[in-house]
Amino acid sequence: MDKRKLEENFYKILMIGSTLIIVGSLVSILIVVLFKGALALSISMLTQTPKGGYYLGKEGGILNAIIGSLYLAGGATFIAFITSLPTALYLNEYAGRSKLAIFTRQSLDILWSVPSIIYGVFGFTIMVYLGLRASLLGGIIALALLELPIMVRVMDEVMKMVPLKLKEASYALGATKLETTLNVITRQALPGVLMAILLAVGRAVGDAASILFTAGYSDAIPGSLFDPAASLPLAVFFQLGTPFPEVQQRAYASGFILLVIVLSLSIASRLLTKRFMRYVIK
Amino acid sequence: MSKPHISIQNLNVSYEGHHVLKDITLDIPEKQITTIIGPSGCGKTTLLRSINRLIDLIDGVKVSGKVLVGKTNVFDNGIDVTDIRKKMGFIAQMPNPLPMSTYDNIAYGPRIHGIKERKRLDQIVEHCLQTASLWNEVKNRLTEPASKLSAGQQQRLCLARALAIEPEVLLCDEPTSALDPISAGHIEEQLLTLKKDYTIVFVTHVLRQAKRLADHVIFLYLGELVEQGPAETVFYQPSDPKTKAYVEGVFG
Repeated sequence: MDKRKLEENFYKILMIGSTLIIVGSLVSILIVVLFKGALALSISMLTQTPKGGYYLGKEGGILNAIIGSLYLAGGATFIAFITSLPTALYLNEYAGRSKLAIFTRQSLDILWSVPSIIYGVFGFTIMVYLGLRASLLGGIIALALLELPIMVRVMDEVMKMVPLKLKEASYALGATKLETTLNVITRQALPGVLMAILLAVGRAVGDAASILFTAGYSDAIPGSLFDPAASLPLAVFFQLGTPFPEVQQRAYASGFILLVIVLSLSIASRLLTKRFMRYVIK
Repeated sequence: MSKPHISIQNLNVSYEGHHVLKDITLDIPEKQITTIIGPSGCGKTTLLRSINRLIDLIDGVKVSGKVLVGKTNVFDNGIDVTDIRKKMGFIAQMPNPLPMSTYDNIAYGPRIHGIKERKRLDQIVEHCLQTASLWNEVKNRLTEPASKLSAGQQQRLCLARALAIEPEVLLCDEPTSALDPISAGHIEEQLLTLKKDYTIVFVTHVLRQAKRLADHVIFLYLGELVEQGPAETVFYQPSDPKTKAYVEGVFG
């Protein structure tokens, strides 16, 4: 076999190998978590709040954490989205190559890599200053801060790729900047905007450190924005930290539920993206 | 020459120090097809895009001189550029449908200019698609994405979209260069019919196409206006030796 063909095959095997490692890791995580948590998995896990004392409870379920996580991620994503979309549109269509745009992008890149515990501590400091206790609202705000840089930068990159010829077509018809931005850019970038939301939700729903101090933990379902809220990542963290094997098993079951939620979000948004891809100009 | 619709006076355009158009002065007659010809890089597209100020989209562009459409100088301060563009349909070199359905592509222009009534929009869409002879091919798939149409159909859609804003002028930037000869032929035929109602400015570097379409010809070379005049004169009795060499195919 000649050298070029050998080279071709070598790199192909290398690429396939890497891909298999990634897919394999996901599958093995699922298997391990499911295997270790299987005995604790039951319908009551999904439908009941903990019984038998606090989150260490050996009875009942983790409905408090499931609902808490959905509230936290939902609220944070909503706040992050309504601030990210205008920011990304502004950076792309209005700010141009201005110093403000460069500075904003730089700041967001730094914020992206800030560890989530820092957001938690920052949120906590502000809350102490304002005299607030750990609550759903505090958690939502900390997670929104965590999501913001991801959302803005992903949307920003997607909007950069909107072809000039589309903007030109809109301007040539006498559209204003705002009309072009809202009707053409947003539509063309829609699948990418959904991707940005998905990435941000994925990070928020699985993050424990930022909500440790801000949202707190509770074995009840939060009744208002000012109640402390439980969450799945913290449920895993606390359950795993106990010395009781039965409770540790429940940690794996909680982890499995968290994985299933993230996977279904991902699959749902992929289906949604496909629908929105219909009108996108390739 | 019939009376001028667009009158360009001492127009200079430069991008970041690169002088693209040099002191251009010319007239574009009303309700005729004016072709702008010349070798690549001579400033044809820039001249066309100066008329509807699409060159504003480029960073670092500098303009001096006047482009009068009727009595309005499009570069005057205080002019609303959207009003200028509404008077001019623009057809780009590559078909550029918007990321929406065929129907919405046509209705986009009228909608942003204030027409909301569904019945009125339906009429406009049908009328414009018919004028661009695309109606029969798309009437049953108006809600499908415009990107599903063939390149030739997309370019006719762009023509229909340009007509939907009821312009006075059609600016065409080599609109057939990306199309197969049959689709290109469709577009040419439509423009020849449309010139009774519209002033058409057509950029091309295909000399045979210019000869088929032109009533009036502008020849640019390296950013300068070499010659302008009625088609017969420029093509068959040019006064400048450079024009003569170009139309005879010596260069370009």
